Order: sequence, then structure tokens, then C-alpha cells
Amino acid sequence: MEIDPLIFRLSIFILSIFVGYYVVWSVTPSLHTPLMSVTNAISSVIIVGAIIAGLSGNSESIFNTSSIFGFFAIALAAINIFGGFLVTQRMLAMYKKKKKDK
Amino acid sequence: MLSANLSAIFYLISGVLFILALRGLSSPETSRQGNLFGILGMIIAVTVTFLSIGNFSTGFIFVLIFILLGGSIGAFIAYRIPMTAMPELVAGFHSLVGLAAVFVAISAFLNPEAFNLGTKGNIKLGSLIEMSIGAAVGAITFSGSIIAFLKLQGIMSGSPIVFKGQHPLNALILISIVILIYMLCASQSSNLFWILLAVSFLIGFLLIIPIGGADMPVVISMLNSYSGWAAAGIGFTLENTALIITGALVGSSGAILSYIMCKGMNRSFFNVILGGFGATDSSSSSSNKEQRPVKSGNADDAAFLMKNASSVIIVPGYGMAVAQAQHALREMVDTLKKNDIKVSYAIHPVAGRMPGHMNVLLAEANVPYDEVFELEEINNDFANADVAFVIGANDVTNPVAKTDPQSPIFGMPVLDVEKCKSVLFVKRSLSPGYAGIDNDLFYKENTLMLFADAKKMTEDITKNL
Repeated sequence: MEIDPLIFRLSIFILSIFVGYYVVWSVTPSLHTPLMSVTNAISSVIIVGAIIAGLSGNSESIFNTSSIFGFFAIALAAINIFGGFLVTQRMLAMYKKKKKDK
Repeated sequence: MLSANLSAIFYLISGVLFILALRGLSSPETSRQGNLFGILGMIIAVTVTFLSIGNFSTGFIFVLIFILLGGSIGAFIAYRIPMTAMPELVAGFHSLVGLAAVFVAISAFLNPEAFNLGTKGNIKLGSLIEMSIGAAVGAITFSGSIIAFLKLQGIMSGSPIVFKGQHPLNALILISIVILIYMLCASQSSNLFWILLAVSFLIGFLLIIPIGGADMPVVISMLNSYSGWAAAGIGFTLENTALIITGALVGSSGAILSYIMCKGMNRSFFNVILGGFGATDSSSSSSNKEQRPVKSGNADDAAFLMKNASSVIIVPGYGMAVAQAQHALREMVDTLKKNDIKVSYAIHPVAGRMPGHMNVLLAEANVPYDEVFELEEINNDFANADVAFVIGANDVTNPVAKTDPQSPIFGMPVLDVEKCKSVLFVKRSLSPGYAGIDNDLFYKENTLMLFADAKKMTEDITKNL
């Protein structure tokens, strides 16, 4: 009997939760704010679904209700991707070590 | 056109890069590289999606236009946002992830052929379940984050909004969501789909309104988690590994942060979610409010105390963010250091309005991160320090949490500020903090209250040093 592909996806999902658990516990508390902004940015990989939705129109009309929702989702996710990564970059650039000079 | 197997491998790679992006955050040195991994993962995911669709017609141009449109808005916000507004920004971003998930789900529901999910009115059962869960969680994330945003921005009052029958109503709505998903899967009716979305938006709104301002760290972390689960739900629908991995990562990340925040307040998650902390306890504290003597001083006294100290610990809180006092504070510390006074910073886990809020503000003011310590790292040092300078923090320094089992904050880990030889407490008035209880620290023999705006007081002290 063949295994349903869903089970494989479920396995990836469950294992990723564990990976996430250990990786996030090792994040230093002082970087919790950048952690939130970067998770924000990466969860916007949902743009992948938005692009499929946006391109779902046929050759006669690119715009149908479904693809319009897709285009909006693309814009929303793009705000998050650019905003999230850039603001994280901006924050991380501020974390500096003590200067050695005395 | 990219084969399905090859693109699946690329999605896996981008998922791994996202894991590395989070891994990088284990120390500030590796964090910047981690962020680049994240960006690379995103570029791979988007490119692979384009290649696997392989349709570079007019639609493609529109996709690019919308990416550029959103991207420039995002970039503009990222560069302009002041660091003190970070909690609002993150809440706002969460709402966008939620809404994007809802839109993708709607799109997939209306045009399942494009996603390979069957035909309209006859969507594969598994996909429909995943899709409706993703949409419902996305909708809750959206409306919940909007409320969190409005509260943080001050457009909506930060005090909890509670009404009779609130919890039964919420429970009823949550149960109805489950029933709606079940009915939707049985009937494939689009009306039920819209009702499900509407009800989910409603519950997101209702869940967040009873939660007060200082509990926002938990709320933001929780919504962070939700946005991850929503993404994962959509990931299952689209059979996309990158999305599933990311959703799981973000979901567990937010859950861990919520747990850390709850532990920082010694409250259970449900206690926070059910809300109304300040509202229920204010009565008990007002009854025993007798007038107790307080020593108050001015900038000159404070400067004198600090000048004669050999070590100073600074305890910042949300008040510092409100007063934008972080730069003035760092200038004061620079002057202290010139006088060979050892200075360190003590950060309570729930200081501020989001996890790590104080650390970012201090980093912005050029405070080196190795001078900033977490509660467990520094709590023993208070006994050996000469001066504790409390600026904008309150409940997290309240010794009552250790001594009075009747107190609503009893058991909460607090900074042992009172063990210092002297305590300087910058505050505008004697009003109680968020928990609605009096701070015993105000009345201690070794406490000097500095009644002023945090920024102004810090500047005045620097002048007097």
C-alpha cells in the first residue's frame, strides 16, 4: 500500500516544529525583537501561494476574482518581506560590542 | 518549466535557509549573516515559483508590479520607523501575514484548478480542510493584530475591555468555527466559506480586546505564532515544503516567546488570554492605600549619589521608551564611565511592550550589548552595587512579588533592586503600575524618588555630574 503524500508533509511539519523549538530556545533574549521581525518576514513566503493565485487567470483575461485576491496578497506579502528583512537588518546593525579602547 | 521534483528540492533548500536565519540569532555576531540567509531563502522560493509556473506573460508583469509596489511600501516603512514604535510595526506586519493567508485561501477556494486542488464545488477534502483552517487562523491573526496595533499605537485605550458573558461568547464562537469548517467540508458551499471568514475575523477582535496594555508582549508573541500556523495551513494546501517548514518555525517561535513572557509575569497563558488583569485587582489595592512617607529628590541629589558610587545598575522599562530617554540615558552613562564608575543594565523579560524591546532601544542608543544583562544574569549583583537607577520600570522591581502572597503579582520574578545601597527611581508620580498595585520600593529607606519626565531628569543629572 502506498503512503499518502500528506503523511510526508505532516512529517516535515512535525519535525520542523521540533527544529523551531530548539533553534528558538537558543536565540539570545536580547535579540527577541529582531526574531519577531525576521519570523514576520519569512512567514511571508506565503507570497509563493499568492503568485500562483495571481497567475491563475487565463490568457484572455489576467484578472478574475481569484487572481485579484492573489495580486493583493502579493502586495501584502511583499510589504512584509521587504519591510521585515530591512527592519531586521537595521536593528541588527545597531548591536555593537564594547569598544576595546580605554 | 521546472519539474515538480526539482522545485520541491529548491523549496526545501529555502526552508533550510530560513532555519539558518533563525539559528543566526543565537548571537549578535552571527545574526546579520543569518538575516542574509533568510533573504536568500526568500529569493530562491520566489524565483522557483516563477520558474515552475513558467508563464511569463502579461500576468507576470503584474506580479512584478505588485511586488515592487508592496516592496517599496515595506522598505519605506522599514527605514522610517522609529525604534520605539517597533511593537506597533510588528503587530501591523502580523496583520498583513494574516490577511495575505486569507486572500490566498479565498483565491484557492474560488479557483481550485489553478492550485491543482480539484474543481470548484468539488475541492479535495484534505485540501479544503487545510485551506479553511489556514483561512480561519489567518483571519484571527489579522483582526487580532489590528486590535493589538490600535492599542499599542494609543488609538484604542490600552485598558482591558471586558463585558459580561465575554468568555462564554468567545467559547461559543470558537466552537461554531469548528462546526462551520465541518459543514463547509461536507457541503463545499461558498456561503459557508464567507461566514467562516466573517466569524473568524470577529473572534480575533473579541479575543484581543480584553487584554491590557502591559500584556502586549504575550499578545504579540501569540499573534506571531498564529501567523505561523496560518502560513503552515496554506502550505499544506499548496503542498509547499518551504511554507510548511516556515509555518512550523514561526509557529513554535511565537509559542516559545509567549511562554517566556508568561513566565516573566508568573501567569499562565490562559490567565493572560482571559484578560482583565488590572481591572480585577485594582479594588483590593485601593482599599489599603494609606499615606506613607516618601523621600523625593532632584537631579542634583541623584548626581551626587551616583558620583560617589563605584557601580551603578540601570533598570529601564516601558517608561523609558515612552519618554524616548534612551539617548539621554546613554549620555549620562558615558559621563559616569568617565568618572570610572562601573555601569551595567538589567533587563526584565517583560520590560517594554514586546520581547527584547528594551535591548533594541539601548542598541539604538549605541549601548554595547555586552553591558546589557538579563534578569538571571544580573540579579545577584544588585547586593554589591551602590546605586540602582530605575527609569520607566515599575512592577518588575516590586519587592511585594517576593514577600506578599496576597499580591496579584506574587511569585513573579523581579529584579532585586532594593538590595542596592541606594535606589534612584525616576517616575512622574506615585501612581501604581499596570498591575494596579503600589510599589513597596517607593517607601524604602534607601529609595530616592525623582519625580520628573524620564528624559528631562536624565539630562539634568548629566548636567550635574
